[in-house]
Amino acid sequence: MMTVIAARELRKEFTVRVRQGRLRRARRTVAAVDGVDLAIARGEMVGYIGPNGAGKSTTLKMLTGVLTPSGGEVSVCGLSPVRQRTRLARRIGVVFGQRTQLWWDLPLRDSYDLLRHIYRVPAAEHAARLRRCRSLLDLDEFLDIPVRQLSLGQRMRGELTAALLHGPEVLFLDEPTIGLDVVSKQAVRGFLAELGAGGDVTLMLTTHDLADIEKLCRRLLVIDHGRVVHDGTIEALHARYGSRRRVVVELEEPLAAPPEVPGATLVTAGPLRLEYDLTGATAGELLARLAGLAFRDLSIVEPDIEDVVARLYTGAPVTDAP
Amino acid sequence: MAEPGALRAYWAMLRGQARSQTAYRLSFGIDLVSNVGATALDVFTVFVLFGVTRVLGGLDLREALVVTGLTACAFATADMLVGNIERISLYVRTGRFDAVLVRPLRALPQLVLLDLPLHKLSRAAFGTAVYAVALAAAGIAWTPGRALLAVVAPAAAVVFFGAVFVVTASVAFWWTESGEFGNAFTYGGRDFTSYPISVYSGWFRNAFAYALGFAFVSYYPALALLGKADPIGLPGWVGWLAPAVALPAAAVAALIWRQGLRHYTSTGS
Ligand SMILES: Nc1ncnc2c1ncn2[C@@H]1O[C@H](COP(=O)(O)OP(=O)(O)O)[C@@H](O)[C@H]1O
Ligand SMILES: [Mg+2]
Repeated sequence: MMTVIAARELRKEFTVRVRQGRLRRARRTVAAVDGVDLAIARGEMVGYIGPNGAGKSTTLKMLTGVLTPSGGEVSVCGLSPVRQRTRLARRIGVVFGQRTQLWWDLPLRDSYDLLRHIYRVPAAEHAARLRRCRSLLDLDEFLDIPVRQLSLGQRMRGELTAALLHGPEVLFLDEPTIGLDVVSKQAVRGFLAELGAGGDVTLMLTTHDLADIEKLCRRLLVIDHGRVVHDGTIEALHARYGSRRRVVVELEEPLAAPPEVPGATLVTAGPLRLEYDLTGATAGELLARLAGLAFRDLSIVEPDIEDVVARLYTGAPVTDAP
Repeated sequence: MAEPGALRAYWAMLRGQARSQTAYRLSFGIDLVSNVGATALDVFTVFVLFGVTRVLGGLDLREALVVTGLTACAFATADMLVGNIERISLYVRTGRFDAVLVRPLRALPQLVLLDLPLHKLSRAAFGTAVYAVALAAAGIAWTPGRALLAVVAPAAAVVFFGAVFVVTASVAFWWTESGEFGNAFTYGGRDFTSYPISVYSGWFRNAFAYALGFAFVSYYPALALLGKADPIGLPGWVGWLAPAVALPAAAVAALIWRQGLRHYTSTGS
């Protein structure tokens, strides 16, 4: 395994001035990133999520050499992001959702031409990558329009292309789908999935849309208050935070006392509807215990990642920490 | 600038910049013309001054115009080349500087090229013309040394003014709302060096002329070109100090800029 992104005890503190009363202002230091460790291997696609202000963007800015860390160690592609910023820039692609990499007054096509010179990409390579992006992201209809006239979705597709034309090994995407329409979202996701399938591009992605993660990322890093609170697969997250598959049973006729089932918790007991969370038993075992009842309908609901993360963000207790 | 191949990248950025600026042809033309205005006004002021006095700080009108012309030529050129660095405060405040830092080029030349004000070309050309006419009219006893100085001095002054622009702009990394603070040194420095420094006095003169070094890039080279003695008695070779003042100033500016980069905090998003 080759570690492409590595960080140890990474920290970033900001000094902010807070109003105290009418005129007085006090300086306060806040740790936006408070001791983050990262080890991301080549080809991994990692979702980096957390509530607003958790420190996601700040982390990405330190990994890309934009911000100087207040403490800890960090290396990307074996380089020190701040000290070797220009060398690293050649090997990474960056999209900060809210900021543009493109020339506002120039058509997209001209921006790409400029980027080719800035990154010193051989013309043939550049053309081949652009061709691929054009077809996968449907750029053709707005390639000759000045960037300031593009819709957000169009611009974001343009930004992604801009970040890829020099063939980066690592891609940092900060909220690449924020504010996009459904079609653009699909296009971006499909494109990233295809990119990741190649297996040699490493991707680190922050998002508010967990569907991005479910679609793209095997691995999930959850950050809260500047600290990593979960690192693992989505399934591991469910297991850890006690999200359970739920079995919903609709009955033909009302039941006096719903059956107790070991390994399953009854969470709803209506006259015609029973809901069990599986806490140990399998769905099959549960159904075997309910075999005598007259079902009208039966469904198994997979745990919803939105719920899990929402609980995570609101500081709901961890039921069974590893 | 370590990488020679980067030059081509900068050149491409410059072309892109030229393309987007000249896209609005009429407004570009108007800018081009109106930009001569400010420098013309500076020169005109000198004529007005000599309407009330025959000698200013020991120099007559033609001689004083060498000082004014040298400053106009150098300042306008420096202003066109790096003056835009003052926009860094906008980039820092809005976080747009992030995009500059993720590109594989140095931040300073990128920033300068990102909005290189090509319309200021007219002002630089006008300043240079004033300087050339003043040199011709001042009755200079030309020697090879003076001919060399006539070129070296404005070049050094461009570097010096450029350094002043970079230093004052760097303040934005620490003090985002620095506003017009930097102008006191950049445009203030230009106004200061447009006249023979002997018209100023007191701590103000000492601070600007000697401590900050403004006198060595315009007034003293002009004295050396004209073959005039310094009224306060500094030796003649002081007129040759311009490069010796400009280069350390550039080094200090680079250092402060780099320190500023480390201090950049971006914005939350
Ligand atoms: N430039 C800055 N100056 C001061 N505080 C900042 C700055 N950037 C971020 N912060 C603060 O640091 C914390 C983390 O911000 P950020 O990394 O942008 O969060 P996220 O991207 O996870 O929403 C927030 O509390 C934010 O207010
Ligand atoms: Mg963010």
